[in-house]
Amino acid sequence: MAADRSSPWVAALCGALFSAGLMLSGMSNPANVIAFLDVAGTWNPALAFVMGGAIAVAAPAYALARRRRATLSGVAIELPETHTITAPLVGGSLLFGVCWGLAGLCPGPAVVLAGIGAVQGALYALAFVAAMLGGLWLAGRFGPWA
Amino acid sequence: MTLAPLTLDMVLRALAGGALMGLSAALLVLLQGRVAGISGIFGRLMAADPGPARWRLGFAGGLIGTAVLAALAGWAPSAQVQGGLLLAVVAGLLTGVGTGVARGCTSGHGVCGLSNLSLRSLVATLCFMGSGAVTVYVMRHVIGGV
Repeated sequence: MAADRSSPWVAALCGALFSAGLMLSGMSNPANVIAFLDVAGTWNPALAFVMGGAIAVAAPAYALARRRRATLSGVAIELPETHTITAPLVGGSLLFGVCWGLAGLCPGPAVVLAGIGAVQGALYALAFVAAMLGGLWLAGRFGPWA
Repeated sequence: MTLAPLTLDMVLRALAGGALMGLSAALLVLLQGRVAGISGIFGRLMAADPGPARWRLGFAGGLIGTAVLAALAGWAPSAQVQGGLLLAVVAGLLTGVGTGVARGCTSGHGVCGLSNLSLRSLVATLCFMGSGAVTVYVMRHVIGGV
């Protein structure tokens, strides 16, 4: 097995930024997500602004990454290689979307809420994340998926 | 559809929070050569072969730790969770399965994939937003609420 040369520190900073962004933007609150998806009701467009802000910053970085192939310190940039639209992509996304519509949670906010819940003694998000890890394990067990 | 009242505060928080998330993704791809996809990061940690795990553990630690610190500091935003523990477990499990099979979620496909101009991610995003909206419609306007 190849030695793990990946560094945790830059990634930890990135995780922290992501967490802060989720909390600041209001997207760690399932009610705001559901209000965005509730197109027939009182529609809250905040999620669109969040995505817009995120993509505005990340898109130039990805454009640069596509050209560079390696980071400044020589680490290979690993971008997804597959480009075909597959049944697992569509089916998995449709299934995920149903859950997102039911709980107003997706992986990132769920982990953030689980952290908050651990401090505040609220079990909901911890239960969601525990089950999510189980689901991810299950998907991986029967993968790899196209 | 009616529009929720939009305040400047909400729009600025959404954009700023989104920009922080975009910055996270930008730094992760340019400095570590990796995609900031939460389902993929946790999913791979659950796999039989986690591969280079240190950066994933670092990201997860930053994501969770920042939320814990925010809660301890009294800065955690409020959240209205949907339904009870049963919904949390079922939605969580199927979120793990769905995102694992689709190989991405709102961060992986929605932020990073779209930023990377990926057609696969565009399809995935449209799928989970579509099924999410349909689910909320059924729950809110047909069945009448969870």
